[in-house]
Amino acid sequence: MDKTLRFTLDGRPIEARLGETVLEAATRAGVMIPHYCWHQALGNPGNCRMCIVEVEGAAKPQVSCRLPAREGLVVRSISPAARRAQCSALEFHLVDHPLDCPVCDQSGECGLQDYYMDIGRYKSAMREDKAHAGKRLALGPHIMLDQERCIMCTRCTRFVGQVSKSHELGIFGRGHRQAVDLVPGRALDNPYSGNLADICPVGALTDRDFRFQVRVWYLDSTESICPGCSRGCNIFVHTSTRRPWQNQGRRLARLKPRFSPEVNGHWICDEGRYGFLDFDSKRLGRVMRLKPVSEELSWDRAAQEVAAALRRKPVEGLAVAASGALSNEDWLAFKELFVDTLQARRFLFAPEPDQAGTEDQLLRRREKTPNLEGGKALGFGTKIESLGWDSLAGDIEAGKVWGLYVIDRDPAQAWGGRSRELLERLDLLIYQGPRQCLAGELAHYRLPATAWLEEEGHFTNFQGNVQGYQRALQPLGAAKPDWAIFADLERRLKP
Amino acid sequence: MITLLTEHFNEPKLHELETYRRLGGYEGLKKALVMGREPLMAEMDKSNLRGLGGAGFGAAMKWRTVTPEAKDPGPRYVVVNCDESEPGCFKDRVLVTRSPHQLIEGLLIAAYAIDARRAFIFIRGEYEVQHGILRQALDDARAAGFIGKSLFDSGFSCDIDLMRGAGAYISGLDTALLETMEGKKAWPRQPPPFPTASGLMGRPTLVHNVETLSMVPHIVLQGGVWFARLGTAKSGGTVLFSVSGHVERPGVYEFPMGAPLKDIIAAAGGVKAGKKLKAVIPGGVSTPVLTAEELDTPMDFEGPRAKGSFLGAGGVIVLDESADMVMVAHNIERFLAHESCGQCTPCRQGSFWHERILERGLNGGGTAEDIATLERAGENITGKVICALGDTVGVVTRALMKKFPQDFKDRFPQRHG
Repeated sequence: MDKTLRFTLDGRPIEARLGETVLEAATRAGVMIPHYCWHQALGNPGNCRMCIVEVEGAAKPQVSCRLPAREGLVVRSISPAARRAQCSALEFHLVDHPLDCPVCDQSGECGLQDYYMDIGRYKSAMREDKAHAGKRLALGPHIMLDQERCIMCTRCTRFVGQVSKSHELGIFGRGHRQAVDLVPGRALDNPYSGNLADICPVGALTDRDFRFQVRVWYLDSTESICPGCSRGCNIFVHTSTRRPWQNQGRRLARLKPRFSPEVNGHWICDEGRYGFLDFDSKRLGRVMRLKPVSEELSWDRAAQEVAAALRRKPVEGLAVAASGALSNEDWLAFKELFVDTLQARRFLFAPEPDQAGTEDQLLRRREKTPNLEGGKALGFGTKIESLGWDSLAGDIEAGKVWGLYVIDRDPAQAWGGRSRELLERLDLLIYQGPRQCLAGELAHYRLPATAWLEEEGHFTNFQGNVQGYQRALQPLGAAKPDWAIFADLERRLKP
Repeated sequence: MITLLTEHFNEPKLHELETYRRLGGYEGLKKALVMGREPLMAEMDKSNLRGLGGAGFGAAMKWRTVTPEAKDPGPRYVVVNCDESEPGCFKDRVLVTRSPHQLIEGLLIAAYAIDARRAFIFIRGEYEVQHGILRQALDDARAAGFIGKSLFDSGFSCDIDLMRGAGAYISGLDTALLETMEGKKAWPRQPPPFPTASGLMGRPTLVHNVETLSMVPHIVLQGGVWFARLGTAKSGGTVLFSVSGHVERPGVYEFPMGAPLKDIIAAAGGVKAGKKLKAVIPGGVSTPVLTAEELDTPMDFEGPRAKGSFLGAGGVIVLDESADMVMVAHNIERFLAHESCGQCTPCRQGSFWHERILERGLNGGGTAEDIATLERAGENITGKVICALGDTVGVVTRALMKKFPQDFKDRFPQRHG
C-alpha cells in the first residue's frame, strides 16, 4: 500500500513511508531525535530548531522535522556537528529560562532537563539579567501559564487551533517580548484543555489540580482505560502511594492520555481527566449486615446469608440493577449468577436519563458508562431487556417486587425524593459497590466492591474494541471485585 | 553615465501620469503585449536582471519557475514588495515617490508574463506619503485604461490592489509578507514550497522588489542584450544605492552594476567634513561591514561576496573614524532584537542576548570572555534559523569583531582577579 524507502541515520538503515519526514521515520523506528515543536498530531513548524541534523551533501545542517525522507539520504543526528547544533539550540532555549526547576512541577518530565542531561551539560555563558514575563496566569479552570518558562514551541496555540478548534490562545507581541496568552475576553475552558499540560514540553502550562502536590518521580504509572464514557480512551493512571502525606492523601494523582490511533489518538477530555479525582471519597471497606441487626460480617458469613435471602421468595419478585460500569469479567459472573443460576427476570442496566451527557466530534460519547457493549455481548440489551427506573418504581409500589440487588448504582439519582420510601418498602435490599450512597444506607446487606483502579479487567468500547486495564491500586479494606462476589454467591446457590 | 530608473528625476511632475506618458511611459507595456509572452521571456533571459531586494535571484529564472497554468489551473499573482525597512535603504521610497508609474508598468509586464490577472503592491505602513502617491497613480492609470480589462486591446486584463503593512521589518521578507497579506502574524514560511509554486493563498505567486520591477519596462524597450551590457557578466543593468552616514550629500545614486564602492561614496560628496573613512556597510545593516581598504570592491552581486559581504539592497552606510564599532554592533543588534519575529529560538533569544552583551560592553562591564561568547553564539545562529534575519544576527557582530578587533578589545578588556 504505502511505498517505503530507505535512508541511513547514524549508520543504521531506517525505513520510511513516502511523504514522511526524517524525524517521523526515526521516531517510528524508535530513534529519538531531540525535538520540542514537532508533535505527531500538531505538525512541524520547525521553530524550536532542536531536531537539527547533519545531512551528507548539504551545505547547512537541516531540521529533521522538515526534511523529507529520501531514498539513499545519509543523516547524522549524533555526530559531533549535529550534537553541537542541538546543544546550541538548547542553549538559546535556556538563555532567558528562569531555571526554577526546584519549584517547577514539570521537573522530572521536562524536555529542557532531559535534553540538558542528554546533549547539553554545558556551563552557562549567560551573564545578563534574565527577561521577565507573566507568572501564575490562570488561563482557565484547569491550566496555569508561566510565560517565563515558555519556549515558544507553539504546540498549545496549534492545539486550540487544530484540535479543540476553540482558539482561546494566541502569541502576542514580537521577538523576545512575545508571549503566549489568552485572546482578550476568553478563558481556556474548552472540554479538552487538560491536554495542554501534557503537550507543553516544559513547565509553562501546568495542571492546576496537580501543581505543588507531588513530585513526578514519586508517581507510579499504570496502563488503564478511562471509564468516563463508552469511548474507552487509553490512559495512564499516575498514582501516589509512596508519599501518603503529600497530595492531601490522594492516591490517584492524575490521569494522562495514552496514545491509541484507533480510539483516542493523543488526547483525553477534561471530563474523563478530572472526573475521578474524588476516587477515594465515600469509600466502603466493611462487609455489613445493616438490618434487622447491624453487624459486620466475614465474607463467608455474608455470602451465606445473602444466598439464603435471595432464595427466600419467588424469583419473579427479585430485581437486579447494574450498570455499564461492569467489566467483561464482571458481566460474565453477573450473568452466571443472576441469569443462569437464579433465573431472575427483572434487570435494570440502562443508563439513567441524566447519564446521557455531552457528545462531540472529537472524543466524548453520549453514553457515559464504559461497558454497556460488554453486557450486550452476553445478551443484556439484546435478549434481555432493561427495565426503566419508573417501571421498577411502579412494580415496587404495586408489590410485585420484594427484593432489589443494586450494583454500584444510586436509585436516588432517578427517584429523587421518593427514593427512601420506595427502598424502605422492600423486604430485601442488597447494595454492592465501592462508594456509599442512599441505597447503601438503607440496605439490608452492604457489600464493599473494589473500584475501577483496584482490579484488572476489560471494557468493550462503542467500536467493539476489547481493551484491558491493569490494577493500579490496592483494594481498600475488605473490598472484593464484583466478579468475585458474584462467583461466591453463584457457587452457594448452584443446585 | 547611463541611468535608467532615475533618468527623468529632474522632471518635477514625473509622478503624474501625463508627464510619464509624455516621456514614453507605458510604451514598454504596449510593446510587451504586442510581442507576446515567449519573446518577452527571451528578452528577460538575456537581460541578466537580478532581484534587487537583496537576494539577487535571477528575475527571468524566477518568472520561469512560476508553476504554469497548464500544471496548476487557477489564479496566480504578482506581489510587489515595497515593505522597505532595512536601515540604510531608502531607494524604493524614492522610486515610488518620484516615479510610481514606472513601477506599475513593470508590474503589469510581469503580470502579463506569468498570466496573473491580479497583482498587489504591499507598501510599508510608515510610507504614508508614498501610499497616497501610489494610490493616486493607480487611480489615474486605471482611469486611463492602463490597468483593468483588455489592456491595449490585447485581451490581457489585470487589476492591482494596494495593501499597507502594519509595521514589522520582517514583513519585507517575501514569505512573511505573504503571511501578513493573508492576515496572519508575519512569521516567515520555510520553503519549500517556494512562493512561485505556493505563495499568496497557496497560489503560484511572483514576489518582486520595487526596483526590480521598475527595470522591466527599460528591458522591454531597449532589449535584454543592451540591458545586460550595462552591467557585469552576471548582473545586468544598473542599481540604485541609498548612500547615508558620514557623507556630504546622502541620497539615492544610480550606477551601472559593478561600479567601485569608492565611486559611489565620491558621488555622495565623499566623507563628511574631510574626516578619514573607517568602514562601509555596503548593502544595509544586515550585510557585513567592509573596511576602508576594501573600497575598490565592485558593487554587483559578486563583488562584495568575495569580501564576505553582500550587495544586499544597496544601502551604503559610510562610517568615519569617529565611529565606535561596538556601538555600531549594538545599534544593529538592538534593531534586530526588536524586529526578530520570534518564531525560531536561536534568532529570538540570540538577538536579545547579543544586544544585552554589547550593551554591557558599552556600559563598561565587558570582559574578554564576552567576545568568545559573541563569537560562539553568532556561529550557532547563522545557518541554523528559519530566515535571513536570524542569519544576520550571527553574521553582523562577528564581521565587525573580525575587521575591527581593537574596538572590541577596548570595550571588552582582559580582566584579572
